[in-house]
Amino acid sequence: MQESLLGLWYGFGVALQPHNLMWSFFGVLIGNLIGVLPGMGALSAISMLLPLTYTMHPVPAILMLAGIFYGSQYGGAIGAILLNMPSHPPHAVTCLDGYPMTKQGKGGTALGITMIASFFAASFGITVMVFASPLLVQIAFKFGPTEIFSIMLLGLLAGATMARGSPLKGVAMTVVGLLIGVVGTDVNSGAARFSFGIPELTDKVELVALALGLFGVADFLRSVNRMQFVGSTMKVRFRDMRPTKAELKQAFFPMVRGTLIGTLFGAMPGTGPTITTFIAYAFERKISKTPERFGHGALEGVASPEAASHSKTQVDFIPTMSLGIPGDAVMALILGALLIQGIQPGPQLISEHADLFWGLIASFWVGNVLLVILNVPMIGVWVKVLQVPYRYMFPCALFFIAIGVYSTNNSLFEVNEVLVFGIVGAIFMALDFPVAPILLGYVLGPLVEENFRRALLLSRGDLLVFFEKPISAGFMTICILLILAQMFFGLRASLRKRKLGVLGLTLPSAEGSQLHSE
Amino acid sequence: MKRLVNKSNRDYYGGALMFLLGLGAVLQGRTYSMGTLSRMGPGFFPVALGVILALAGAAIAIRARFAEREGEDKVLPPEWRGWLCISLSIIAFVVLGKYGGLVPATFAIVFISALGDRQNTFKSALVLALAIVVICLVVFWWALRMQFPLFGWG
Repeated sequence: MQESLLGLWYGFGVALQPHNLMWSFFGVLIGNLIGVLPGMGALSAISMLLPLTYTMHPVPAILMLAGIFYGSQYGGAIGAILLNMPSHPPHAVTCLDGYPMTKQGKGGTALGITMIASFFAASFGITVMVFASPLLVQIAFKFGPTEIFSIMLLGLLAGATMARGSPLKGVAMTVVGLLIGVVGTDVNSGAARFSFGIPELTDKVELVALALGLFGVADFLRSVNRMQFVGSTMKVRFRDMRPTKAELKQAFFPMVRGTLIGTLFGAMPGTGPTITTFIAYAFERKISKTPERFGHGALEGVASPEAASHSKTQVDFIPTMSLGIPGDAVMALILGALLIQGIQPGPQLISEHADLFWGLIASFWVGNVLLVILNVPMIGVWVKVLQVPYRYMFPCALFFIAIGVYSTNNSLFEVNEVLVFGIVGAIFMALDFPVAPILLGYVLGPLVEENFRRALLLSRGDLLVFFEKPISAGFMTICILLILAQMFFGLRASLRKRKLGVLGLTLPSAEGSQLHSE
Repeated sequence: MKRLVNKSNRDYYGGALMFLLGLGAVLQGRTYSMGTLSRMGPGFFPVALGVILALAGAAIAIRARFAEREGEDKVLPPEWRGWLCISLSIIAFVVLGKYGGLVPATFAIVFISALGDRQNTFKSALVLALAIVVICLVVFWWALRMQFPLFGWG
């Protein structure tokens, strides 16, 4: 307890160093800017600026990336509320009530409440992180390769099956990601795998190229000529953003509930942000006395999901930093950035890189304050940025992608990789496969293989070792339960569907289709 | 007219694609040494992954067989012009970057990809591309001093 508070104090010292503060501010600013742009989310924002961090010191690099992350999250909410455009899937649910509020002329209030909700939720998530991480670390020190493999397996399985859409497709995509992670020279034997005689491929697939291909180019391919521009001439001033006392009171409990839901889901590895916000929204509507207001500008429907997504974001950092297991694709990217910096996330991180860990935590608070301050004068600018037509936006973004990928190694080969992954990603999306698990698999792949090999080396090839060690057995049991539960739900759904089909009925699938309409 | 890939059959294609990818991984992985469970060679992990992927692909296709065919087809027609222009623009960036330098490469990627959008005219694409070239010169060449010759002959 005291240790945590001391650490936090130290962290503020790190985060408030002018140099670090500057990068944090830069990250928040750029993240907010990119997040506002139509069709760009946290993933593309982080991967575009990732090359820039390669030459930086690890602490400012991570502070900047984290700043980009929550900056773009907030920027996404602006687009969702003012233009009904979810530039980032988790904000799809914010559109449901945020946009009607804008149409009623209360867009400013919705933005203000979003800001308050995200600040409140982030603060709560950070507090949880401060006190939970050291505890988790104590457990994690008992982990050997066997335990690490089992918990990674659990993380991958959860990421694949609980995100959205068909679990089988999620598993397939995760395995594709793992296979992409295999490409390159095998550390143990020196054999070049899946390099097909291309010398550049013996040195792993470039993380930035993969991420920008899947979340940049593939998205452009999917939405070119399809993104309808919804012109809007409304003006939002800061004065409009201050909610009244009654509105604050109305939003307070939804905010608290959203925060708790987000915290709960953040602690579960693999549950994506989209599902979290949808559950927060559905819960709020269920317990509301006036559910018919939802979808027509209910303040609760904005406050709760936004709070959920922000607290989940913060709590997500716990497994990423202390166990080295990212909860979703964004965390996988940040984990990748840490690995590139030569920092191995895991139980040792807090003691070995105390400046990084506590600095990051403190910078969350600093960054969230910066975000609020930044949006006071800038909100007018963001509204202008929102109106940049897609047809100008994507060619420029494409150039920034190309030059950013080039700068990772000063080589044009990686730009080719972007194109390949962009096309592959667009095909997968067209076939209704989720692409985010690919990134998760790619980042974890080498770690999974290494620990699997080591665990079996230690057990002399006995596969049962994963069930014999108690901690590992616990994770394995959860894995099996997860698979059984998915099979059960899948079977039940198809049986029910068929029964209804025989009767000539259609499912009342409003709820279901919403969940899948990411 | 029904499209080649539509909502009712796309899981067949998706499953088949995964199956083939898995099979490919197994075949390629077999060329590396497998080793034993206690001393795994470089081929073990990819082969295992390939098997899982092939099984998942088969399961997806089989499930599609039993799944209900519901809802009308909402798959949008493929956007060939956008696809062609975006792909070409990236290829142009690579080729021109190698043989022409940063300026022509930058111009090409913005100009060609902008033409992929039906609402962009020749002129607006040209203006956009020139504007980005200027930004590129200021930010990447002058401010960040990127290692990329402005003009080059290969």
